[in-house]
Formats: sequence, C-alpha cells, structure tokens
Amino acid sequence: MAEAKSPARPAERPLSPHLQIYSLTWTMAMSVIHRATGIALYAGTLLLAYWLVSLAAGPAAYAIAQDVFGSVIGRVVLFGYTWALLHHMAGGIRHFVWDLGYGFDYKSRMGLARGTLIASGILTIVIWVIGLSVG
Amino acid sequence: MAEFRLPKNSRVQSGKVWPAPQGATRTTLFNIYRYDPDTGNNPRIDSYHVDRDDCGPMVLDALIWIKNNVDATLTFRRSCREGICGSCAMNISGSNTLACTRGINEVEKNGIVNIYPLPHMPVVKDLVPDLTRFYAQHASVEPWLHTVTPAPEKEWRQSHEDRQKLDGLYECILCACCSTSCPSYWWNGDRYLGPAALLQAYRWLIDSRDESTGDRLDDLEDPFRLYRCHTIMNCANACPKGLNPAKAIAEIKQMMVARQV
Repeated sequence: MAEAKSPARPAERPLSPHLQIYSLTWTMAMSVIHRATGIALYAGTLLLAYWLVSLAAGPAAYAIAQDVFGSVIGRVVLFGYTWALLHHMAGGIRHFVWDLGYGFDYKSRMGLARGTLIASGILTIVIWVIGLSVG
Repeated sequence: MAEFRLPKNSRVQSGKVWPAPQGATRTTLFNIYRYDPDTGNNPRIDSYHVDRDDCGPMVLDALIWIKNNVDATLTFRRSCREGICGSCAMNISGSNTLACTRGINEVEKNGIVNIYPLPHMPVVKDLVPDLTRFYAQHASVEPWLHTVTPAPEKEWRQSHEDRQKLDGLYECILCACCSTSCPSYWWNGDRYLGPAALLQAYRWLIDSRDESTGDRLDDLEDPFRLYRCHTIMNCANACPKGLNPAKAIAEIKQMMVARQV
C-alpha cells in the first residue's frame, strides 16, 4: 500500500482550536477518566506494596501502616483508590463489550459510558459499607 | 505526543463586533473564527448579529447572509447546500458537522452560535482548513477494487447480502468531521489514519469482490495506523451522515484477530 505522506505544514499557518472548543461528550469524558484512573492505580499499587512490606517487616512497622491507612486522610485516599480501581475495571468491561463488536449505536454507547460511572460509584459505596461494618 | 496548548501563532484573540442590523427584531449572535494569512496577525473571533427574519434556517444560510450583508471577507467552503459534497464541514457550537444540514435553532444556545474551523488542522483562511494530509491518508488505503483474477466479461458480480455489507460505509462524503473530532487524531494525526480513512479501509476489506484483503490488513497492522483508536466515539457522534466509523474500526480489529486463529 502507498504510504500516507504528511506534507510539511507551512510554519505560518495557525492550528485550529481543538480541546479548547470541543463539547465534552459522555464517551469522551469516560475515555479521559479511564486514562486518569489508570494512572492513579500506579500510585494505589504503591500503597498496596507499602502495606505488604510493612506486614513482612514486623508488628511495629505494620502498626504504623495501619495507623496511616486508618487515619482520616488515609481513609479518603483509600476510598479514592477503591473508586479508581472499580472505575477502571468497569471501563475495562465497557471496552471489552466494544471489542466484541457490541454497543456502538448512540443509545448503547452513551448508556455504557454513563453506566461505567454509575456502576463504579455504587460498587465503591457497597464495598466501603461492607468494609466498615465488618470492621 | 499530545500537545494540549495551541502554538503561539494560533492562540485566538478577540476581534471585531459588527453592529446589529437596523430594524431587526429577531437576531442571533454568531461568533466566528477569523484568520487572515495576509496580515500575519493571530486568529481572532469576530461577532455578527444575524437578522433571523431575513435569513434561511440553516447555519450555512447565516454564513452566506453575513458574507452578503455584513462582511464580504468572511471565507468558507460550500457547494451543494444539501449534505452531499461535504465542503461546509466545520465546528459549530462545539461539535463538528455540516453547516448546510444543521439548523440554527438546533445549535443556538442563549441566542449565540460559535463557529470554528475543523479542529486541530492547519488553517488556510477563516473557516478553511488544509485537508491535504487527510486526503493523502484516504489515498493510502487505496480505496478502489483490487483483483488478481482476470476481469469477467461483464461486471464483477455480488450477491444482495454481500452488497448490503457496504451499507453504512459507502455513503461517506469525506467531509472530515469525524477525523477532526477525534482526540487520538489530534495527538497522532501524522501516524494514525483516523476514522474517515479507516471507515473506507473497512469498506474495501469487506467488499466480497476485493481480492487483497490480506494485504490491506497487513498494511493496517500497526500500533498507530489502526490501533490508535481508543473508542472515544466522537467520530460516530459527529458524522453528519449518521455513519459509525468507530464500529467499522472495531470490525477491522476483529478481522485482525480472526485471521490469526
């Protein structure tokens, strides 16, 4: 096949506005949030690693880690991590549906995008209600 | 790499507000992107009050009304005024569409309509973008029938069922609304083919008469050309013909998998 040649853009020609002017849609927003939560999971994994290291390091270190995660700030961060994890998971399922070739018509794709946010919100709250009630 | 900010020479400045037409009772304010290559100044936004009682119902009617009655220097492409030529594609109130098939009432918000050229494209003048690369990408998928068997005496035959597979694909008018709505195309338009070219690639991939399906797939098997699609779906939302490039791209990805199993 022929190669798509990109002609050199004359330097003086301005680039038309893009992100600055384009209306946000549900599918576009969920794509951005999927990226953002994916990046947040790196930080979350570090928290998990720290917790496991403290567990291996002995009771004193573990007690400190428990205090850190049990504090108000620690809980807020863990709540955010839970949501990021579940939102990324729900987004993964949405992408899986699309990869199978389903859900491309307008109603389905908008429903899937909204559903991702709703599902991750509900699941996060359910997990925290269970977590806090168990102990 | 994604470059979110506009380059220095592209940042939009405020422009001229033209006076409202005298005696008009029903007006809509059109804020329109202007760029004059002859001055070397940055692009600006000019504002025009359009007399709705003296103007047709479509956005293109308003642009022509402005050009005829207010500012003859306003530059835009238009031809068929019925959604088949694809010339008047532009960004209207935040979404890409054709000015000729979009009613002013559909896009007016609080009496205001904002009009920009197709996003993330080099601007030749005002609402006219340079589509050279876009056309080159279309040409690169070789959008014509490839055959190796000798040509039949009459036409290449196709069953009704096989012909129906081309519905929703052949109607593309290459207006570039979809490709220029795609953030992936904005950031990687030099290497990612974009929804319009890929929809056409798929149109030939599933044509029962075409005999180079394998070569066509080989050409697309590339981290950028095909796989920069992240199903953001702006393409399907923007298409003024109601086509679904995102679905066509997903079908190509499925063909890639299918030939490996």
